[in-house]
Amino acid sequence: MYSILSKKVLNPNVTQMEIEAPLVAKKAKPGQFIILRVDDEGERIPLTVAGVDPERGAVKIIFQIVGKTTFVLGQKEAGDSIADFVGPLGRPTEMEGLKKVCIVGGGVGCAIALPVAEEMHRQGIEVTSIIGFRSVDLLILEDEFRACSDKLIVMTDDGSYARQGNVTVPLKEMLEAGERFDLVLAIGPGVMMKFTALTAKPYGVPCRVSMNPIMIDGTGMCGGCRLTLVKEDGTKVTKFACVDGPEFDAYEIDFDEAMSRGRMYIPEEKHAYDEACNLFKQAKA
Amino acid sequence: MALDPKKHEMPSQAPEVRAHNFNEVALGYTAELAVAEANRCLNCKNKPCIAGCPVNIDIPAFLQLAKTGDFEGAYQVINKTSSLPAVCGRVCPQETQCESKCTMGIRFEPVGIGRVERFVADWHNANATEKAKAPAPNGHRVAIVGSGPSGLTCAGDLAKKGYAVTIFEALHKAGGVLVYGIPEFRLPKAIVGKEVETLKELGVDLQTNVVIGKTLTIDELFEDGYEAVFVGSGAGLPNFMNIPGESFKGVYSANEFLTRNNLMKAYNADPDTPVMKGGKVIVVGGGNVAMDAARTALRLGAEKVSIVYRRSMEELPARREEVEHAIEEGIDFQLLRNPVEILGYKNPDNPRDERNGFVIGARIQEMELGEPDAKGRRRPVPIPGAIYEMEADTVIIAIGTSPNPLIKDTTEGLEVNSHGGFVVNEDGLTSRKGIYAGGDAVTGAATVISAMGAGKVAAKAIDEYLSGK
Repeated sequence: MYSILSKKVLNPNVTQMEIEAPLVAKKAKPGQFIILRVDDEGERIPLTVAGVDPERGAVKIIFQIVGKTTFVLGQKEAGDSIADFVGPLGRPTEMEGLKKVCIVGGGVGCAIALPVAEEMHRQGIEVTSIIGFRSVDLLILEDEFRACSDKLIVMTDDGSYARQGNVTVPLKEMLEAGERFDLVLAIGPGVMMKFTALTAKPYGVPCRVSMNPIMIDGTGMCGGCRLTLVKEDGTKVTKFACVDGPEFDAYEIDFDEAMSRGRMYIPEEKHAYDEACNLFKQAKA
Repeated sequence: MALDPKKHEMPSQAPEVRAHNFNEVALGYTAELAVAEANRCLNCKNKPCIAGCPVNIDIPAFLQLAKTGDFEGAYQVINKTSSLPAVCGRVCPQETQCESKCTMGIRFEPVGIGRVERFVADWHNANATEKAKAPAPNGHRVAIVGSGPSGLTCAGDLAKKGYAVTIFEALHKAGGVLVYGIPEFRLPKAIVGKEVETLKELGVDLQTNVVIGKTLTIDELFEDGYEAVFVGSGAGLPNFMNIPGESFKGVYSANEFLTRNNLMKAYNADPDTPVMKGGKVIVVGGGNVAMDAARTALRLGAEKVSIVYRRSMEELPARREEVEHAIEEGIDFQLLRNPVEILGYKNPDNPRDERNGFVIGARIQEMELGEPDAKGRRRPVPIPGAIYEMEADTVIIAIGTSPNPLIKDTTEGLEVNSHGGFVVNEDGLTSRKGIYAGGDAVTGAATVISAMGAGKVAAKAIDEYLSGK
């Protein structure tokens, strides 16, 4: 069992927890992920590491409540524990040789982008961050991003806070104005990453994205997390997000396929979520 | 007494019943049947069966004891060389191993060695009261990577000699392919659990949720004070065919399909881990994994399950009994057939149609057998123009795996061959001192018993290495 050391509700849908997992805390680097199971009957879900505190053996995770597993996890409190927690999995973000980077975070993807931005900042890389949310109610980690970014642009889709529009708008403006980045790193929903890539491409700036496909073991066994990369000459290559990723060249990813695969179990997920919510309501009543 | 020319039949669930449940198909011999089958052993002089067994169980000796009803004695004979008798009695391909060498088999059916082995192992598990005892520690520490058949065997053999053994398992449950791959109806998970418990009684420390190559590296294990490491990390990443359409929703690797069912229990009502059920299912491949996937799909409620295999019935690599069971259960065999494209649904008028991107079928190429290849197997070649379409709601690809890169990529000086398998000598020693390897991580996908054999060989070599140190 793995103890929950702390819990903080960041917004009505997003919760932060620290889990006691000393071996993972010692090893995890920005860009890597873990897999957890809440209880013995539970599914295995991948979550990207949002930070570590090796001294306390703590691994920070930030998750959006989207289905049964995250709902049940969100009901847990500090002092409770979860059944399984394994990692760090995947490859860390490559930072070598970078001098100036634009980090684009969308929604809860900002939680994954933050440790990358922090580490880059620590290494002296110039960091411009663009973080976007549907509305002000869903805003998270603004102060944290401000602390590690040379420049921070906050966007809301509905204009309820900061600037209105999606994250590609300021990115395009900067690139159009002649700003040169060694890398644009986009982390967020599939459609947001797809359009960030489409925005960046005409400017010849390297762009990477962090993919989060459905996964079971996370160690290179099941093949469920496979993605199609389309090389420049048109050849297609199958890669596995768990061992080859989760970060990939944004210009090679077949986003439409990845997003379609991500929706494979929507009816089952919705059913499980509704059941979990009902059980919870009954227990409370 | 006249010799019975045929094996005593294995009591089994009727095909029409078992096709709808996940309970074990073969029910096992009764004591009477086990004694009667053991009595078919001629106890011949040259005992060819022993050489047919990858771990050289003294088969005639255990059969002689079983004849007299001394099942515990028979178990102890098997247990001397095999750490997982209840598992091997169920999943070994006996027809190509011990039973293929049986003298009885020259004129009649060979002795049902596997069936008697299974009976005595189950008898022991049900009746033996004495717990395994941890021997006096010899002061040496060994790390085992992976808790599949090779790792469990290596751990057991070393623990019996007094080594302090730690098994590191990447998943949340021990057993490797025995729990995520082989279905409940062929190998009940309680049996695997029992074998793991026995190892714990012997003092073996089991650490789940540790991925060697990620959570810890092999070099860190040595720094931690382990003096030798055995790598039994298993088969690895599933192969795909590299044909169009393999990423449509409803296309699974057999590893994923079986893991969802076996490890994550997707066959339960309202499982947390879902799997696609029902409809028409195509399974590509002809090995044991393909049979397991096909029969699992059937039990999940498929209306029709077809095995699509590019060679003919004679070349099917699966264990004979599994093929027979599959046929009895009504699995359709499309032989000399090979998919060339997987077809998906696309509503031209509605990009938001929720059926978009789901599998609807496959284009199948008819094949014929051509010239033999290097291994002497006749190579399947396409018959020009002979292509047709098959409907499918799920396609499961069971055409093998490629070794997992995690350990190779994080361990310097560890040589791998062109397929990515670890290079080892006849003792299981890799290119690095103190690091041994065995099972699928070395050979690529093979059998449980050959992995056990490799675990055994490595345990002996590790013992010699450390006791001479």
